[in-house]
This record gives sequence, structure tokens and C-alpha cells, in this order.
Amino acid sequence: MTDEYGAYQALAEESDDQRWAFGTGFTDPLEGVDTTVPPGVDGDALAAYCLMLGDDALVYSHRLQQWVTRAPELEEETALANIALDLLGQARMLLARAGRADGSGRDEDQLAFFREEGEFRNVRLVERLDADFAELVARLLIFSAWRLALFEALRASADPVLAAIAAKGASELAYHRDYAARWVVRLGDGTELSHARMQAGLAVVWPLMDELFTPHEVEAALPGVAPAVREMRGEVDAVLDAVLAAATLTRPAAAPLAGLGGRTGRDGVHTEALGYVLAELQSVARAHPGATW
Amino acid sequence: MSETPAVRSDWPLFEVFLRGKRGLNHVHVGSLHAADAQMALHHARDLYTRRNEGVSIWVIPAAAITASSPDEKDPFFAPSGDKVYRHPTFYEIPDDVPHM
Repeated sequence: MTDEYGAYQALAEESDDQRWAFGTGFTDPLEGVDTTVPPGVDGDALAAYCLMLGDDALVYSHRLQQWVTRAPELEEETALANIALDLLGQARMLLARAGRADGSGRDEDQLAFFREEGEFRNVRLVERLDADFAELVARLLIFSAWRLALFEALRASADPVLAAIAAKGASELAYHRDYAARWVVRLGDGTELSHARMQAGLAVVWPLMDELFTPHEVEAALPGVAPAVREMRGEVDAVLDAVLAAATLTRPAAAPLAGLGGRTGRDGVHTEALGYVLAELQSVARAHPGATW
Repeated sequence: MSETPAVRSDWPLFEVFLRGKRGLNHVHVGSLHAADAQMALHHARDLYTRRNEGVSIWVIPAAAITASSPDEKDPFFAPSGDKVYRHPTFYEIPDDVPHM
């Protein structure tokens, strides 16, 4: 007789890829990868670009993790934790890439835990604390639709490390987008109350969307490496319009959130919400510098 | 807005079956709550395939399963206990017959 409780275990495959497992002793997410900056590519600009994309994922992952123990259903909580972990994995690789590309040798922990608020390069969209589940799925839809379009384009990047990170991340993001879109449709095309709250959630995050498509000088300094983010607007808009139509929702008429003298998250100018994220994210590492756990 | 079905405060239970990469059949791995079958499929992906276990998922409403009752254990199962001739153990199985 086979052990009935062993059936599930028996499904798990032995795999060469042990990176998902705990306790394998890895410390460097890019271990074994050739991280030489390709000739003709500006290493400092490449590092700044990786910081932008890495910080987006790091900060947003933290906001998603804050839903754990607060999600409406256990099943949703696991889904959100999975998404947060996917983004954390992307952040680890991108921060590690940044530390190599600029020659500073800073590792992911130094970049995540020992930079000040003004040194973070994430877009302001990822900083907010979600007020409710509708706001959560509205932001996740916008973020993942945009980031998926960006990562699909990055697969052809002249930096092979960035191209590989994007290829791995794209399938994760496709699932995040699908998850968010399903919930936006479910709530938008649901009851009168869920429709109203979904529309309100969209209105909250909508002003932060323009910044995602604003060209930055770092992007311009990396021809062939960084795709032009402005050109992704059409593709992302088409996705959002399709989801909103299915959800019987309308595009909010909200003006973009202004920057400070034209400077926004990508320039280190953030909303007050980022300070709260960093305080929680960095406090343990700063209280016990050099500690391992 | 679509026609609104009756509102209920809890989601129904679904049973989850997974087929592994080299598995031949779907195996019951657990259950979960979801509002409908599509959501159950996604929840199953998030709950039961996080460690690369499956290539195919089935979800079935728990209410749709008819189970044998423990009270009927004897009439159901005991009669087959002493009928050894029902096992195909009197045959030589050729080496090239798979999955036996």
C-alpha cells in the first residue's frame, strides 16, 4: 500500500533548479553569471537603470507583503504572497546587477537597506498603502500591465544579464496581470457596491500612471539597452481598455500627479508614503548591521 | 451589469487534483474555497503548484462528489477480501509492457 499522505509529495519533481528552496546557502542572486558590462554600454547609466526597475519591485513587493494576514481570504493571501515574492526575486537580481554594473561592488542588501529615501529611484505608484482590495487590484493591474510590456521589450536588450532577468520576469508578470484583471472584472461587473468601490479604487491610482511612461535621461543614455518607455503607452492602454470594458468601468478623468519642478520618483522625489515603507523595510538591517539570519 | 446571483457570505469548497510531470493520472492533493470554478483553478495554481508540482490541474465542486459511507464499509469492501483470484497475479507480465 502506498502512503496516502505521500501522494502529494510524490508529485514534486526533483529539479536542478533549487533556487526556490530555503536553506540552500546561496547569497548572490547572480552567482555564476558573467556580469561584465558589454562594450559600448555606460556602466553607471546601466546601474541607475537597474536601480529604477529594482526599486519599483522592492517597494511594491513590500506593499503587497503587508496584505499577508489582512487579505479577505486565505487563498487570496497566498496568491498575493506569491506575487510579492516574484517581485522580490526580480528586485534581488536587478539590485545585484546594479551593484556590479557601476563598479561599486555593493550587494543587494547594501542597496536595499542602506540607501536613504532620496536615493531610491522607484515610481511613486508603488509607494501607497492600499486602502482596500479594489485599490490593490487596480494598482496591480496598471503596474503589471506596464511592467510586462517593458520586460517583453527588455528581452532584446543589449545587456544579456538584463535580457535574461526580463525573460524570467515576463512570465511571472503575465500571471500578475491576469490575476489583477480577473479581480477588476469580477468587482467591476459585480454588484452595485463592488462596482462603485472598484471605480473609486481606479480613481485613486490613476493619477500616478503618467509617470510610468515619462522618458528619463538614464533611459536615453542607454540606446539598445533600455527600450523607450513612452512607446509602451499604446500597448498598455489597449490592455487597460479591454479590461475596463469587460468590467463595465470607465477611465477616471484624473490629472497626473505633478512632480516637484518636473522631478518625480525616478529622480528621488517621492511621496511621504515611501518613508513608512523604508522605515519598516530597513529597520532590522540597520539595528543589527552585518547580522545574518 | 450582469445578472446578480444570490449573494452568499462564504465561498463553496472545491477539491483539487494535480497531475505531475511524469504522473499518469490526476491525484487528489487537497481542497480550497473559491467563488467559481475559474477562481478555484487560479487558487489551486497559487496554493498547490508553488513548488513546481504539477502540469495539469482539475478542480471539482466538493458538493458534486458522491462518497461511500463508512457505515457501508462491510457490504462494500469486505466481500472482495478473500477473492485472491481477482488479482492478476497468475500471469507473467512481459518486460516491455509499461505502467503495470
